[in-house]
Amino acid sequence: MNADVNTNLTIQSPSENILELQNLKVYFALKKFGFQHAGYVHAVDGVDLNLKSGQTIAIVGESGSGKTSLMRTVLHLNIPTEGTVTFDGQIVNNLKSEQLKSYRHRVGYVQQDPYGAMPPFMNVQTILEEPLKINGIKDKEERYRRVTQVLEEVKMTPAEEFMPKFPHQLSGGQQQRVVIARAMILEPVLLVADEPVSMLDASVRVEILKLLRGLQQKHNLAVIYITHDLATVRYFSEYIYVMYAGQIVEKARESDLINKTAHPYTHALLAATSDPDPKNVDEFQDVPPGEPPSLVNPPSGCRFHPRCPRRIAGLCEVKTPPEFNLGNDHLVACWLFKE
Amino acid sequence: MKNIKNILREIARYPSAIFGAAIIFLLIALAIFAVTKIPYEEAIRLWRAGEETVYRNPKNVPPQWFNFFTKKDLPISFAVVAGEDEEFSKVVTQGETGSTIEYQYSFDFQYDDYPQELFLYIQADYQIKNPFISVVLETPDGEQIKVTDFGTAKKQTYRFSQDDKLITRLRRIHGRDIQVMQGLFSVPKSEPLQINKGVYTLKILASTFEKDSDVRIEFVSHGLVFGLFGTDHLRRDLTTAILWGAPIALFFGLVAAAGTSILSMLIAAIGAWFGGWLDELIQRITEVNLVLPFLSILIMVGTFYSRSIWVILGVTIVLSIFTGAIKTDRAIFLQVKESTYIEAAQAYGASNPRIIVKYLVPRIIPLLIPGLVSAVPSYVFLEASLALLGLGDPTLPTWGKVINDAYANGALYRGQFYWILEPAILLMITGLGFAMFGFALDRIFNPKLRGM
Amino acid sequence: MADEKVIRIEDLKLYFTTTRGTVQAVDGVNFDLKPNKAVVVVGESGCGKTSLAKAVLRLLPRNVSEYSGKVWLRDIETMELSDEEYRKKIRWLRMSMVPQAAMNSLNPVLRVGDQVAEPMLVHYGVNKVDAMEQAAKMFQNVGVPVDFLSRYPFELSGGMRQRVAIAMALVTGPDLVILDEPTSALDVLTQANIFNLLKRIKSELETSFILITHDISTSSELADIVAVMYAGQIVEVSESHRFFSNPRHPYSAKLMASVPRLRHNAEPDFIIGSPPSLINPPSGCRFAERCPRRFEKCANEPPKYRFGEDWVKCWLYEGEGEPE
Repeated sequence: MNADVNTNLTIQSPSENILELQNLKVYFALKKFGFQHAGYVHAVDGVDLNLKSGQTIAIVGESGSGKTSLMRTVLHLNIPTEGTVTFDGQIVNNLKSEQLKSYRHRVGYVQQDPYGAMPPFMNVQTILEEPLKINGIKDKEERYRRVTQVLEEVKMTPAEEFMPKFPHQLSGGQQQRVVIARAMILEPVLLVADEPVSMLDASVRVEILKLLRGLQQKHNLAVIYITHDLATVRYFSEYIYVMYAGQIVEKARESDLINKTAHPYTHALLAATSDPDPKNVDEFQDVPPGEPPSLVNPPSGCRFHPRCPRRIAGLCEVKTPPEFNLGNDHLVACWLFKE
Repeated sequence: MKNIKNILREIARYPSAIFGAAIIFLLIALAIFAVTKIPYEEAIRLWRAGEETVYRNPKNVPPQWFNFFTKKDLPISFAVVAGEDEEFSKVVTQGETGSTIEYQYSFDFQYDDYPQELFLYIQADYQIKNPFISVVLETPDGEQIKVTDFGTAKKQTYRFSQDDKLITRLRRIHGRDIQVMQGLFSVPKSEPLQINKGVYTLKILASTFEKDSDVRIEFVSHGLVFGLFGTDHLRRDLTTAILWGAPIALFFGLVAAAGTSILSMLIAAIGAWFGGWLDELIQRITEVNLVLPFLSILIMVGTFYSRSIWVILGVTIVLSIFTGAIKTDRAIFLQVKESTYIEAAQAYGASNPRIIVKYLVPRIIPLLIPGLVSAVPSYVFLEASLALLGLGDPTLPTWGKVINDAYANGALYRGQFYWILEPAILLMITGLGFAMFGFALDRIFNPKLRGM
Repeated sequence: MADEKVIRIEDLKLYFTTTRGTVQAVDGVNFDLKPNKAVVVVGESGCGKTSLAKAVLRLLPRNVSEYSGKVWLRDIETMELSDEEYRKKIRWLRMSMVPQAAMNSLNPVLRVGDQVAEPMLVHYGVNKVDAMEQAAKMFQNVGVPVDFLSRYPFELSGGMRQRVAIAMALVTGPDLVILDEPTSALDVLTQANIFNLLKRIKSELETSFILITHDISTSSELADIVAVMYAGQIVEVSESHRFFSNPRHPYSAKLMASVPRLRHNAEPDFIIGSPPSLINPPSGCRFAERCPRRFEKCANEPPKYRFGEDWVKCWLYEGEGEPE
């Protein structure tokens, strides 16, 4: 860790949580014709999340669930509307320049589209040097050394061979390695990975996930792994948050989520995730009808109620369910578990 | 670097690109040649057409190679100085109290028409007693036509056609009233007038009456063709303007095209990136500017303020920045702005100026370059059009100015086609070269157009 | 014999010229399909599977350098037809396609109902009213509310647009529909919905499918037969039960092993290296370089070994199957 970076962030209260989201709400104003506004998109609507140092968690949800906005808020690309984001004991909702720079230094971002995540007109060396240059590493040799080191960490060796290449000259897997290298080059403590393998071929996915897992173990990184593919979550996360329509509907340890699934939405997700099994061809999958709701006018009460096969009339559409604790850190927001 | 080599290889695949590039290359070579052969001050001096610059040039004659295209062989113009040009011999016989100088110049007259005029430019060196000169022209038949004799002043010009005594003498030779040029070069008493073709010799005898006295004589013929490009109404050698038109056209075209493209792009990038009121402001300014009449404003500036090429260039650039290019560039930037790598750059802390310059602008350069190259002809023609309208910089020898002069002096009406065609063809070639090259560049940088 | 199969592809080749050389995208592909069945062509990016779809439907780009082989649609050999005949008689009448990211290939300025009705107008020459009626029937079939007929594509969600694209491919009642990565851009639940739809259509409308995808897991939802494509060639064709339990070709085995599973506890595997370029494919077996079971014979192009209806292109099965 560079000593010069830490001076701006003073640790106010010691905590084992590297990241804490409390009642986080992110609303976007919908503007019509640039002047009047026509409501809000409730992208993130009351999310609590804890992430310990060195822990890997997954946020599972489909498009329209708000997971992207959540992630962008953690990366400080969005400002929360309400609630707090606490990083290493300090509230980081509204950071300005210097402090923001040190925050960004400590949070790495791996994106979904490996080709789009890189400027097509820069070669690998330039791409990797950019974060260093921006954060004040002026010495050319120092930069070269760090670029070589990080390329070796992501197993792109010999590094000198890859440095002059341009993104379009690399395979999908190689491109993603460069993106990971870029996220790691500032030696972060938290890594946010947004669907890092969904655009890669099947045979490469596992390679990259294993790489990420190796890096996480070696550097004791905290990782937030965002995905809609439940099958990969098993290999890479200890604790899983399931998100629907801007809210967390279930959170549990990995084995509990798969084996003791609680929320009907999670059930649906699991049922819809196929394993390669020849029996599938003769069976119809059980899928809840309809589509994820609009986040501008979400349904009242439990947001899943219009599609839920087990909704309780008179309750689910009226009152929003609180979180019920099923033990072993397994919480679910569903009236079915009212004890 | 490898990128550039790839681009060059791509360019080589298109014949139109090679052709266009060749034309541009030739134009640049021409421009460099012009600027080195005739430095700026020299060019301006030549173009101002002072007497001492243009005395050797006839008025309004086509170029020498015109003779290839006409059945009639037109007499060329020449100027020879005795003693300096070897064909014009100068033999000095030095005496005690003066000297006798014999000058002789032979030339073969095989043309089918008469020269416009003949001159003797005399510079005599003496203290009190002026030298005496007598001039005789020997025809191919051996006839010695006495031209003139007189005592010369320190600086004297003898114009053959205006000598009454010579006119009288020629009338006697030919038996009728006749013009000097025809009289000198026709077969005596021929009906109709036949040109006496053959070797003529000009013989001049000068007698000086002081020891150090000397006489310098220059014999000038204003033929019916001159030089590489002909002359205009002010007897200026058009070579100056034709040559110098190249660097001026290129300069104006490239600076205007580049300046406008780059500034448009930067403003579009800033507007697109920051959005909000800044973007709106830029768009409104652009829309208002699009409605303003460009040429009319330039005419106003030229008429009421200044016609200096710098002022015109400046106003052109300023008025051209806020145009359609801003809208198209902005549209592209708005799209690129949403790219994932921009988001990544924000995540690792890139500042706004850095994102604009290092991440957004490079995406538009493939579009910028062909556009820039293709825009050059418009600005070249703009400068020429302004000159044609009489708003060009009057001191500068440009192609547009030549066309303007030609038009103002009724060149087409008088059949002086060379005067208009030379600059016009060069303008067209310039336009063609840049347009072809620009179009090929467009196909290279924007592969989707490759099918066409 | 030819009537038994709805489609028979024999030695299909499609090469293109590019600035970097000739891309041998489809290099001698063979397989066939019985009616009402679905074959899934599985392969990774760069194996030529999209080119295969285009080759079968004769949707060729401008820079084709070779296009040969035989494609029998029931009893018609389609490669013999001229372009115009093909357009009138085959394309979108008897064979149609749902292209990759189909939801983006809808015309944004036309209503979706008109777009689905258009093939009817072109091929059957029916009047507008009848065409729209058929379009409405299709919408019902694919699960899109009929009042969406008058909407524009941007008013529909991704899943809905994909269903519209499927409706457009089905509206003329073709014998065969080729689907190229129909669900890769969609969410899990929407994906499941689409596959339910395809299953239903397969049995109700008696349409055959060629499904092209890289996702082995979802392919098992529709596949009766699995064909594995690698570097422009088909290396294995197996009946699905056999394939998903015990695939023959080493590449297929590696692919199966690399899929993370929800319901089993296996550490997934990955394949080192990357597929060869299609510009100068290696001689001999194209997978040899990455194959854990390669041996000396692999330097030569392996022949096909038949196991009933299945076959595999691999030297390991010499002596077991029937060689071709």
